[in-house]
Amino acid sequence: MGVVNRRRFLATAVGGGFTLAWALPGGVMEAVAQTAPGTPLTPASAGGTPVGIWVVIKPDDTTVIRIARSEMGQGTLTGLAQLVADELGADWKKVTTEYVPPEANQANKRAWGEMLTGGSQGIRQSVDYVRQGGAAARTMLEQAAAAQWGVAPSECRGHEGAVTHAASGKRLRYGQLAEAAGKLPVPRDVALKAPGDWTIIGKPLPRLDTVEKTNGAAVYAIDVALPGMLLAAVAQCPVFGGKLAGFDAPAVQGMPGVRHVLPVGDNAVAVVADTWWQAKTALEKLPVTWDEGPGAQENSKAIAARLAEGLDATTAAVGNQAGDAPGVLAKAKRTVTATYGAPFLNHATLEPMNCTAKMDGDRLEVWVGTQNGDATLAAAAEASGVPLDRVRVNKYLLGGGFGRRGQQDYTRQAVLLAKQIPGRPVKLIWSREEDMQHGYYRPITQCKLTAALDDAGNVDALHVRISGQSILAYLAPNRLNNGVDMAQFQGLIPAEFGYNAIPNLLIDHAMRNTAVPVGFWRGVNHNQNAVYVECFIDELAAVAGRDPLEFRRAMLAKSPKHLAVLNAAAERAGWGTPPPSGVFRGICQNCGFGSFTAAVAEVSVSKAGDLKILRIVAATNPGYVVNPDQVTAQVEGSFTYGMSALLYSENTVEGGRVVESNFDSYQVARMADTPKIETVLAPTGGFWGGVGEPTIAVAAPAVLNAIYAATGKRIRTLPLKNADLSHA
Amino acid sequence: MVKLDVNGRAHEIDVDPDTPLLWVLREQLGMTGTKYGCGVAQCGACTVHVDGQVTRSCQLPVGSVSGKVLTIEGLSPDSSHPVQAAWLAHQVPQCGYCQSGQIMAAVALLNEKPQPTNDDINEAMTNICRCGTYQRIRVAIHSVAGGKA
Repeated sequence: MGVVNRRRFLATAVGGGFTLAWALPGGVMEAVAQTAPGTPLTPASAGGTPVGIWVVIKPDDTTVIRIARSEMGQGTLTGLAQLVADELGADWKKVTTEYVPPEANQANKRAWGEMLTGGSQGIRQSVDYVRQGGAAARTMLEQAAAAQWGVAPSECRGHEGAVTHAASGKRLRYGQLAEAAGKLPVPRDVALKAPGDWTIIGKPLPRLDTVEKTNGAAVYAIDVALPGMLLAAVAQCPVFGGKLAGFDAPAVQGMPGVRHVLPVGDNAVAVVADTWWQAKTALEKLPVTWDEGPGAQENSKAIAARLAEGLDATTAAVGNQAGDAPGVLAKAKRTVTATYGAPFLNHATLEPMNCTAKMDGDRLEVWVGTQNGDATLAAAAEASGVPLDRVRVNKYLLGGGFGRRGQQDYTRQAVLLAKQIPGRPVKLIWSREEDMQHGYYRPITQCKLTAALDDAGNVDALHVRISGQSILAYLAPNRLNNGVDMAQFQGLIPAEFGYNAIPNLLIDHAMRNTAVPVGFWRGVNHNQNAVYVECFIDELAAVAGRDPLEFRRAMLAKSPKHLAVLNAAAERAGWGTPPPSGVFRGICQNCGFGSFTAAVAEVSVSKAGDLKILRIVAATNPGYVVNPDQVTAQVEGSFTYGMSALLYSENTVEGGRVVESNFDSYQVARMADTPKIETVLAPTGGFWGGVGEPTIAVAAPAVLNAIYAATGKRIRTLPLKNADLSHA
Repeated sequence: MVKLDVNGRAHEIDVDPDTPLLWVLREQLGMTGTKYGCGVAQCGACTVHVDGQVTRSCQLPVGSVSGKVLTIEGLSPDSSHPVQAAWLAHQVPQCGYCQSGQIMAAVALLNEKPQPTNDDINEAMTNICRCGTYQRIRVAIHSVAGGKA
């Protein structure tokens, strides 16, 4: 398996839960057609004419761009629309969007391609075919105008929402041409614009979904209201793997509003009432017995011991190797060793999991926020027993996704309930406590790093041993590669690791699984892997007596893009110039999701140990930048999400269940924690990288390295709330 | 029957007076701009004003509310309140789920302190945003204070 293939595997593997699709990017590209029965799909495009499959144009020039991915805050709705609109030659002021319904994609042989929205791939994995869709539509509009004017199509130009004929000065708006254009065959392989000709791509345009997010009008799945709708509150066995043993329905059936008390699958029970508050109130009073099963034995202490054993285990899967690291380390005069660790983490989307479902005869309809419309369709069909072609999935804005809404558990629950109450829509809402205790947590890992330094202080050998849980082993064991989960090596595989110039290198993973469900948490394994490597590199620089930036520069000599973005962050931060008194800096870099990132943190730590993160400079090279303001927003947001994990967040396990229950016991970063974040966009062009996640990886190590500079303390176990930063 | 004044409109609602104001707004009145995030007054997604005071509605029994309730829907008829305009100008929202609460908290802060310092903002703006829009919220609040929204 070559480097490129491994990277493709990784890019795909990190996406999220798959039920239907598992195609490599190349496969997706081939699968995407530019033709499909093109009837308008939603009320947003009603009255318009589809021109190809990606664009619907109305007589008033309203241009509806179809979006197959999901908007969860990351701005992909606007970014994808920019890509299509630029090739279309659209008037941006007329552009609006609609989701492609998953059932339409399914019925049209997945003409709109991958719906999965994860792994920071919404744009980078669909950029070519959505631009092709815009270009095809523009070509059709030009052909329609040419036919009307009796001129050659090559003399006509679609631009800013109209086709013009320079020689005659004739002009027709797209709204006037759409009906004729929509009847033409959809051309294939239309030439795309060169980056220098872009007029909409690369512009810091306002998002298309902001106004409704400032006045309460934005509708999330939790806001869905349907005639006759009932509300459900659910309790799943708090012990992972446990089952529902029984419940005393009559105890609550007389409570206000209660209509039903029903099992949900084999591990949960729900109260269904006229309002959710009534359902929740009754559920809290419902006597329930659980069959906790063997999972009840699991706890954080046992897990830590299991992982610690893996750090020195003789067998481990190799993710990156050069030379003979074990041999060199065994004979080295000077070695450095450190052990790090990172805990389970709940995604804690602010909108708790929820889904509305209605069974009507042999038809099923669901209303849901999902990161994977295709998988939701499949899961809903499977749970209901209804054939795929009788299922409708209505996608809504997501009140946060971060990987959690790639899973279909909450949709299945809603469908299983709706099956028992035919003819009535049932909205299932998880309480925050339910959400906190039934996540797909970021996997717990530990990492032991050992390096040999030569006499000149250069790294002669490095062994990185990760021990911990595998996401794929839990979610998709059939996708392990001979038992190996390559996604655990995010940031460490040859294509991403910056320090491949180290002559003797071994990076391996001892899989040590637990009873806790794990999944793709924004940034996935880059989060902890970058902490391990970038903090340890910082340790080595200190042992070698070298400046952390200079030390990295020498080691990144063969990784020019890593080096360039590191330099960009260092330059903006003023590395090399003295920071203000009492302020200390840390630096790091990472490559993930197809992009290169680096950060410099400035912190102060009082003698008593009070940490203040004062300033972050975060540089990113995502290749091409579709919307600079939105990329900046993702850098800011990614840093903040990573800062929660750095400072506060941690899920622990006792008696087979998660101890934390709400935002009081699972703290996250807030305004007062947030430093000044300066984003440095350093795009080189030439490739399309992700932006929704990459910066997370550099948030924690930059701060941890700055804490060392301030205190002399190496904090190797997250989160910092458990650490004592006091210093002399 | 519970009497409730929301956004200048009087309601008489047949609901258990122990029901939190949040759920009455969302379920009985169908005003879903105010969000459920935690139910324990930690996250602030449910923030509204009661007689001008910033209030987390998820833990406030509706029967105890005697003042005038202002929600995001009542802030302005056309999204033109200076804080809303600042949110738009600075492209604050990402997923947007917390932003009704953030905006209501910011309006209350600016009503009390028209020129808030960073420390004032840290103290008043304790609402959780998981997307990480805090920096833009801070900039937007300062822009309103500076009359530049």
